[in-house]
Amino acid sequence: MTSVAPARPHAAWAEAGPLRAFLRDTLAIAATELHKLSRDPTEIVTRAVQPALWLVVFGQVFSRLRAIPTGNLDYLAFMAPGVLAQSVLFISIFFGIAVIWERDLGIIHKLLVSPAPRGALVVGKGVSAGLRGLAQGVIVYVLALLLGVRLQFGVVPLVVVALLVLLSSALFATFSLSVACVVKTRERFMGIGQLLTMPLFFASNAIYPLSVMPPWLRVVARVNPLTYVVDGLRGAMVQGGHSVLGLGPDLAFEAVAFLALTALAARLYPGLVR
Amino acid sequence: MSPGQPRRCAGACQKVRGTSRSDARRATSRRQACRADGSVGPVTLDLVTPGDAVIETAALTRRFDQITAVDRLDLTVAAGRIFGLLGPNGAGKTTTIKMLTTLLPPSAGSARVAGFDAVREAQQVRRRIGYVSQMLSADGGLTAVENLRLSAALYGVPRRERAARIDAALEFFGLTGQARQLVKTYSGGMIRRLELAQALLHEPAVLFLDEPTMGLDPLARRAVWERLEALNGRGATTILITTHDMEEADVLCDEVALMHRGAEAPGGAGGHARRRVRALRRRLNRRRRHVP
Repeated sequence: MTSVAPARPHAAWAEAGPLRAFLRDTLAIAATELHKLSRDPTEIVTRAVQPALWLVVFGQVFSRLRAIPTGNLDYLAFMAPGVLAQSVLFISIFFGIAVIWERDLGIIHKLLVSPAPRGALVVGKGVSAGLRGLAQGVIVYVLALLLGVRLQFGVVPLVVVALLVLLSSALFATFSLSVACVVKTRERFMGIGQLLTMPLFFASNAIYPLSVMPPWLRVVARVNPLTYVVDGLRGAMVQGGHSVLGLGPDLAFEAVAFLALTALAARLYPGLVR
Repeated sequence: MSPGQPRRCAGACQKVRGTSRSDARRATSRRQACRADGSVGPVTLDLVTPGDAVIETAALTRRFDQITAVDRLDLTVAAGRIFGLLGPNGAGKTTTIKMLTTLLPPSAGSARVAGFDAVREAQQVRRRIGYVSQMLSADGGLTAVENLRLSAALYGVPRRERAARIDAALEFFGLTGQARQLVKTYSGGMIRRLELAQALLHEPAVLFLDEPTMGLDPLARRAVWERLEALNGRGATTILITTHDMEEADVLCDEVALMHRGAEAPGGAGGHARRRVRALRRRLNRRRRHVP
C-alpha cells in the first residue's frame, strides 16, 4: 500500500480569501441565532422584566430621593443608559451557558471540525449576542419613553448607541465564552456567572457617577468595560446627557477589549471539546 | 496511484465485484444507488485510487492525566473502504476519531488523513473530511434547511451551488417533505440522516461516523446503512465508523479492526470478542470488493 495521497476538496471550489471566509462564517453563525430569536419572541418579552423593574421601581424611588448627584439630568434619564448597559451585560454574560449546552449536544464539535476559522466561530457568537442586545435596546427605549425620559433620535446618536450595544454585547459574550471554555460545566458556570455580574455592575457608573465613588472603586471602574458603555450611552442616548470620558475613547476601549477577548476565546474554544 | 485523475460515478461502481450471492446483491444495490442519486451531480472529485491509504496513524497516543486512552495505535485505512473500528465502550474509539478529525491533539505519534498531517495541517484535513458525532447534534431550534445552510457556509460550498446541493442531500436522505420543519420535531433516525446530509454537502474524501446507529430502531438503522453503502458505492468517500455492534460491522464494513484498551488488538482482546472478530474478518475478506 502506498502512502497517504493528498485528496483534494471539490475541484471547482477555490478557497475563499481569509477575510471573506471569516465574514461568511461569522454571518452564518449569527444567522442561526437570528432564526431562533425570530421563532421565540417570548424570550425577548421576559427579558424586558428586569430593566422594567430597575427603571420603574429603583429609578422612580431614587428620583424622589435626589440622593445621587446627576448634574443637569434627572435621575431616571441618568440611569436609563445604565439600565440598558446592565441588561446587555446580564444577557451576554450567560452566553457561556448556552455554549456549554451546545457542547453537550455535540453542536460545538460539529463547528470545530469544520474549516471555519476559530475566530469566526467566536465572533459569530458575539454578533448573536449583539442582536439580542439590540432587541434589549429597543425595549429599554420604549420603557424610558413611557417613563417620560427625553431620548435622542438623531441618526448619529442612534448609530453610536447601536455600535456601543453591539460591541459591548459581543465583548461580554466573548468573555463569557472564554470562562465557559475554562470551567466546562454548567454548574460551575452558573456560580461564576453570578459571581461576575454583580461586581461588574456595581463597580461601574451604571447607577451612580464615577465622581461619587471612593478612589479604589474608581480605579476598578476605569478598567471595567461596562463603565465605558454606560459613559458612551449617556452621551448618545438621552437629551442633555454627556459622556465624561469622551465617545471616542469609550468606543475605542470597547473595541480593543473585544478584539483582545476574541483572540483569547479563539484560543480557548477548541479546548471545550477535548 | 493517480490523485489527479477524476473518476466518475459509473467507473467507481464498476469496481464492485462479487462472487457470492450476497456480494451480487450488494453490488446491485450499489449500482442502483449510483443511478438513483446521479441527480446529485456528477462526482467530479479528484479521487484517491482505491488501495491507497487515506488514513494512516503511527504510534498514535493520547493520555488524559493517568489514563492512556489510545496507546500507540497503528492504523491504515485504504481509500474507498468502509472501515469499522470495533471495540467495547472505553476502548478508545471516540478518542481516536477525535484525533483523526483534528478535535484533539495527540500526546504522541502522528496521524495523516486525506494526505495531510492532522496536527500541522489541520485546516487542510478539515476541508476534506466529514464528521458525525455520537450525539444527535443537529440544532433542534433550526429547520433541516437552516442546519444544512450553516454547514454549507462553514465548508465554503459556493453560494450558487448551495440550494441545489441542499435539495439533493434532502432528497437522498429522504427528508424533502420535512425540510422546513424544526429539527426538534424529528425522530432520532431523521436527525441522524440530517447529520449525514450535513457532513456530506462538501463531498468529503473521508467520512468519520462515531457510533452512527446507536439508539436507533432497526428500521432507522437500516435506512442509515443503505445510504452509507450507496454513498460508498459512488467511490468518492471512504468511511470510518466506530461501533460495538457486530451486526453493523458485518452488514456495513469491508474491513474491521478491534480496539481494546487503547490499542488495536490483532489477537489480544478477550477471547469471545476476538473469535467473533476473526470470523467477521474472514467473511469480509471473502467478499471484499477491492484488491489492494
